[in-house]
Amino acid sequence: MKGARILVEALKKEGVDTLFCYNGGAVISIFDELYTHGKEINLIQPRHEQGGTHAADGYARSTGKAGVVLVTSGPGATNTVTGIATAYMDSVPLVVFTGQVSTGMIGTDAFQEADTVGITMPITKANFLVKNVDELAPTVKKAFHLATTGRPGPVVVDIPKDVQMDETEFVYPLTPDLPGYRPKDSGHPRQVKTLKKYLHEARKPVVISGGGVNSAGATELMNEFCDRYGIPVVTTLLGHGVSPQHEELNYGPIGMHGGLYGNYALQNCDLLMAFGTRFSDRIMGDPDVFAEQARIVHVDIDAAEIGKNVSVDLPIVGPISGVLEELNREESYGDYSEWVEELRTYRDKNPLEFEQSEVLKPQYLIQLAQKYFPENTIVASDVGQNQMWVAQYFHFHRGRRLLTSGGLGTMGYGLPAAIGAAVGNPDAQVLTVSGDGGFQMNMQEMATVKQYGLKVKILVLDNSCLGMVRQWQQLLFDKRYSGTCMNDNPDFGLMAKAMGIPSMKLEKVSEAEQTMKAFAESEGSMLLHAVIEGEENVVPMVPAGKPLDQVIRKM
Amino acid sequence: MGEDKSTYTDHVISLLVFNHPGVLSKITSLITRRGFNIDSIAAGPTKEKDMFRLTIMVKGDDRSIEQIQKQLYKIVDTFKIMTIHPARKVEREIGLIKVKAPMGERNEVLQMVNVFKGSILDSSTSGFVVEITGSSDKVDSFISLFPSNQIVEVARTGIVAMDRWEKQ
Ligand SMILES: Cc1ncc(C[n+]2csc(CCOP(=O)(O)OP(=O)(O)O)c2C)c(N)n1
Repeated sequence: MKGARILVEALKKEGVDTLFCYNGGAVISIFDELYTHGKEINLIQPRHEQGGTHAADGYARSTGKAGVVLVTSGPGATNTVTGIATAYMDSVPLVVFTGQVSTGMIGTDAFQEADTVGITMPITKANFLVKNVDELAPTVKKAFHLATTGRPGPVVVDIPKDVQMDETEFVYPLTPDLPGYRPKDSGHPRQVKTLKKYLHEARKPVVISGGGVNSAGATELMNEFCDRYGIPVVTTLLGHGVSPQHEELNYGPIGMHGGLYGNYALQNCDLLMAFGTRFSDRIMGDPDVFAEQARIVHVDIDAAEIGKNVSVDLPIVGPISGVLEELNREESYGDYSEWVEELRTYRDKNPLEFEQSEVLKPQYLIQLAQKYFPENTIVASDVGQNQMWVAQYFHFHRGRRLLTSGGLGTMGYGLPAAIGAAVGNPDAQVLTVSGDGGFQMNMQEMATVKQYGLKVKILVLDNSCLGMVRQWQQLLFDKRYSGTCMNDNPDFGLMAKAMGIPSMKLEKVSEAEQTMKAFAESEGSMLLHAVIEGEENVVPMVPAGKPLDQVIRKM
Repeated sequence: MGEDKSTYTDHVISLLVFNHPGVLSKITSLITRRGFNIDSIAAGPTKEKDMFRLTIMVKGDDRSIEQIQKQLYKIVDTFKIMTIHPARKVEREIGLIKVKAPMGERNEVLQMVNVFKGSILDSSTSGFVVEITGSSDKVDSFISLFPSNQIVEVARTGIVAMDRWEKQ
C-alpha cells in the first residue's frame, strides 16, 4: 500500500471524522487517496491554513476529540504555526500533518521546503519527520496517543512526498511504541489523603478551576465537589464551565480582569486548591503576595507545572477526574458556611457592573446574548476587550462551551474556532464574539461558513479601535492613541453579503433587545455588526504584576 | 522565577534518551528556551543500543534545576533523568591543551604535566599537546598555570559523570 493511502487508512482507524485541510503540491497524492478511500471523512477546506488550524482547535476544544489538520509543505506548514502555538499554550489536542519535499531534497532549499520540524519544535508536544514509509503508521499511532493523553497538546507529523508514494504493508499498531512516555494515571493516594486532612482543617477553602478541568471533562465532578461540601469556586479564563447549582458558591473569573469578589476569595482563603491551571501571570498579579494566608494545593497532570510559577504546599500529580472522584467519596469535610456568607456579602457589595448610557455598551450586548441564546450555546471569543466582556458577563453552565485563546492571546481566533465548533457540534448553537480588529484578521473564513452551510452567529463589537491596547494607552500612555485607531473599517455587513452571509447592523440602545433576539433566533448564519461605545474599558483591572487587591475599579 | 544569581550552583543532569533524529537539538533548545546556559554537554552511546547518555552541566538554583528536569522529562524521547548528587558523584573530563614550550621552558612544562599526571600526545620544537584527565577543576587549574598567551588551543570534552555505588 502506498504511504498516502496508509495515512488515510490510519486516520480511519483513529476514528477521524473531520479533516481541516488545504491542498498543495506536497500533499496532492494524499488528497487523491481521500477522494477514493476517504468518503467517511468530512473534508473542511478553510480559506487560509491559519483558519484551518484554529478551526481544528475549536473542534477539539468543543468535542474533546483531537482536531486533525492536513496542509502542504513550506507556506502551508508555516501558515499553521500561529494555530499550533495557540493550541500548545492552551493544551489543545491537535494532530497536524504537513507535506514535505522528498527525502532526497531535504536540506537543499528545494521549492516549498521549510524545516517544519525545526520551526514547530518549541510549540508542539512532540513532532516527527517520517523518513521511511515503514514508520508512517506507527508514527500516526504515536501522534494521536501523544496529542490526546496526559497533558494534551499539538503534534506535528511531517511526511515527505516520496514517503507518500513508497509502498509497504499496512499494519496499524494496537499500542504506540513510546517507552519514555508514562503520564500518571492516578494522584498519589497519600497526597490525596493529605488534601482531605487539609479540607477538614480549613475554614476558608477555595477551588480554582483551570483549563485542565475542561480538557479532562471534569466540570460535572467539580460541580459535585463544590455543591456537596459547600466549597466556593473561581475560574480561570480557560476554566469556565464549572457551575455549581448553589449560586452562592460560584465566584466567577479571577485575575487581571476578574471580579473583585473572585480575587477577594483568593486573597483571603486559607486553603487554595488549584485544579489544572498553570498559575499564569494574568491570574496571580504579584506572585509574592498571592494567596498569602493560604495553604496551596496544586493538582495537575503535568508535573512540570507544579512549582513552576508558585510554591505549593501540596503537589498532586495526576488526572483531575480521579482526584475529584476520590475527594467526592468523603462523607463531609468542614463547615464553611461562615466563609461562604462572607464571600456572598462581599459580592453583594461589590458586584460586577457597568454604567448604561445612550451609547451601546458591549457588556449590555453580552448580557442580551446570554438572554436570547440557548443555555448551551458554544461561544468562541476573539482576543481583547471583547474576550474579557464575554468572560465576565456570559455565564457558562457546561464545560467546553467557551472557546478562547488564553495563553497565546491570538487575535483572529474566534471566527475559525467557531467554524470548527459548528462542524463538530452540528446541533449546537455557535456564537462568535470579536472586536473589529481581530475579526478582520480571519474574516475570509466567512466564505467557509457559507460553503459548508454552517450555523455560525458572528457578533462584531465595533469600537473603531484596537480596544484593549487603547485601554492600556489610556491608562499608561496618557491617551496617546498611536497605532490603535481603526476609523476606516470596511462595511462589515457588505463584506458578509459578498460572502453570502446575511447581516444586521445595530447602533441604538433602544433597538438592542429586539435585534439581539432576531439575531439569536435567525436560521443559519448571520453577522451582527454592533457599533459600541469607543472608549469603554474593561474593569475591574489589576495592572500587570500588581497584587490582586490593588485594583482599578473604574476608568 | 528568581533572578538572584547568587544562589546559583553547578548542577550535573544526566539523561538517557532514545537515539532518534533531532533529540539532541530538542534537548538543548529546550534548556536554552527556558533561560538556562549550558556550561558543558557530553553525549555518547550506552549499553542499550538505541539509547545514548547525555551529561549536561548547567548553573541554576535548586528550584529552577528541578523545573528544567521536569521539562526535559516531557520530551518524549527522554527515557530517564538522573540527578548526579554533588557529594556522591564521580566525574571525568578530558582536556587537550596545546601549550607553547620553546627551548629553555620545556622542562618546566613537562614538570607540570607530571604533577597533573597528564600525558604528552604530541611534541614539536614549539611546544606540546597535553592531555589532562580528571575533574573539570583539575583541567581548569592546569590551564590556569600558564599565562594565556602560552596556551595556543584548548579542546575539552565536557564532563561525564555518574553516582558512586551506594555504601553497603
Ligand atoms: C495576532 C495578534 N496581534 C496583536 C495582538 C495584541 N492585541 C491584544 S488585544 C488587541 C486589540 C484587539 O482589538 P479588537 O480586535 O478590536 O478587540 P477589542 O479589544 O476592541 O475588543 C491587540 C492588538 C494580539 N493579541 N494578537
